[in-house]
Amino acid sequence: MNYSDVFRDKELVQGLAKRIADLTRGRTEPLVFMEVCGTHTNAIYQFGLRSLLPPEVRLISGPGCPVCVTPNSYLDRAIALCRLPDVIIASFGDMLRVPGSSSSLMEERAKGADIRVVYSPLDAVQLAAKNPDKRVVFLGVGFETTAPTIAGSILAAKAQGLSNYFVLASHKTMPQPMAILSADPELQVDGYICPAHVSAIIGADAYRFLCEEYKVPCVVTGFEPTDVLQGVEMLVRQAIAGESKVEIQYSRVVRWEGNAKAQAMLADVFTPFDAPWRGIGVLPGSGLRIADKYADFDAELAIPVQVEELKEHKGCLCGEILKGKVSPFDCPLFGGKCTPESPVGACMVSSEGTCAAAYKYGR
Amino acid sequence: MCVGVPMQVVSVDGDFAMTEVDGVKREASLMMLDQEVKVGDFVIVHAGFAISKLDEEEARATLELMREVYSPELMG
Ligand code: SF4
Repeated sequence: MNYSDVFRDKELVQGLAKRIADLTRGRTEPLVFMEVCGTHTNAIYQFGLRSLLPPEVRLISGPGCPVCVTPNSYLDRAIALCRLPDVIIASFGDMLRVPGSSSSLMEERAKGADIRVVYSPLDAVQLAAKNPDKRVVFLGVGFETTAPTIAGSILAAKAQGLSNYFVLASHKTMPQPMAILSADPELQVDGYICPAHVSAIIGADAYRFLCEEYKVPCVVTGFEPTDVLQGVEMLVRQAIAGESKVEIQYSRVVRWEGNAKAQAMLADVFTPFDAPWRGIGVLPGSGLRIADKYADFDAELAIPVQVEELKEHKGCLCGEILKGKVSPFDCPLFGGKCTPESPVGACMVSSEGTCAAAYKYGR
Repeated sequence: MCVGVPMQVVSVDGDFAMTEVDGVKREASLMMLDQEVKVGDFVIVHAGFAISKLDEEEARATLELMREVYSPELMG
């Protein structure tokens, strides 16, 4: 069975959309639900789910694209590192085109820097093993789904006795920005479409405090179109009943307690820190940096470099987009000066970025 | 960035599994999985790691619930 295909069934999609329309018909105030995972953002645009929903339901995107929430200062450091003659940068592909203050990794590669795109952090460990005279730096960005894979690579490098594998770590954790956005008086969020695979790691219990403290419904939802619509239906039902609880739509993968082994790896290799988010600012305890006992693998400590002065991109609204306050269509640069081929801001780069998804699939 | 995909385990070798979907094969580390897997099981593969098992019972139950949309009184 192909578990992606069965959850894309057209008739099911239409039936679910009709059910949501029936439930919300005649509401005067629309219900606003936020998704905080880039894969949801992409799925909602790719399958045109907004156009299937009635005007009584609005979906907005939050800070769910890992590449997009990574600030310029991180990219500037990666760029400074790639200019060292004995450094190989290994990264997931999306990072390459993200503009830093004055350059991008793509531009640096064209000028001769050794930058490799890998599928798994374990490929970067292999790269280090094969190039003992080089220092391999992996760009560790991503939320709780990706962070354990990076932890795994550090543990593998340690087990192999490698001293030339490093990680430039800027991991983020999800529940904190959701709390900040819930408390924002300028923003109306009637419910969260909670991330699918982040929740596979942290468990659905992690959102309970949002329901209790902020009275906001939370539904952990899968990525396929029927998943998203069923998740929205569950949020609608909660909102109408005046409830706020955590529910799991994506029960085929997500458990209440999450993945204990991955959580243990995170706790071993990383330490929480106050991470900077593009557009949102520094949030207490919202990121993961490498723990002191693995400091030898921390590129920031082990390979000191001079980093250029920070410059933000004029006119880019990424920060407001990541908070769900404006849509890409509100940005005067959208589609003109800023396109996926020549992005001005990070939200236009990754396929999980709201601007890139809006550009590719339209409204 | 990296999308987790449901893939079927075709063989297990120590800490790694070979997984497959639609003829595409991918090796996945089992290092962070806290559930037992055997050949035939589905796992979510993300950046070279199996991050979670897919519970086929639950998948069926979810589909059942969705299919209620076809019940006559709802379809009107
Ligand atoms: S369209 Fe480009 S410039 Fe405008 S907010 Fe999006 S990324 Fe920034």
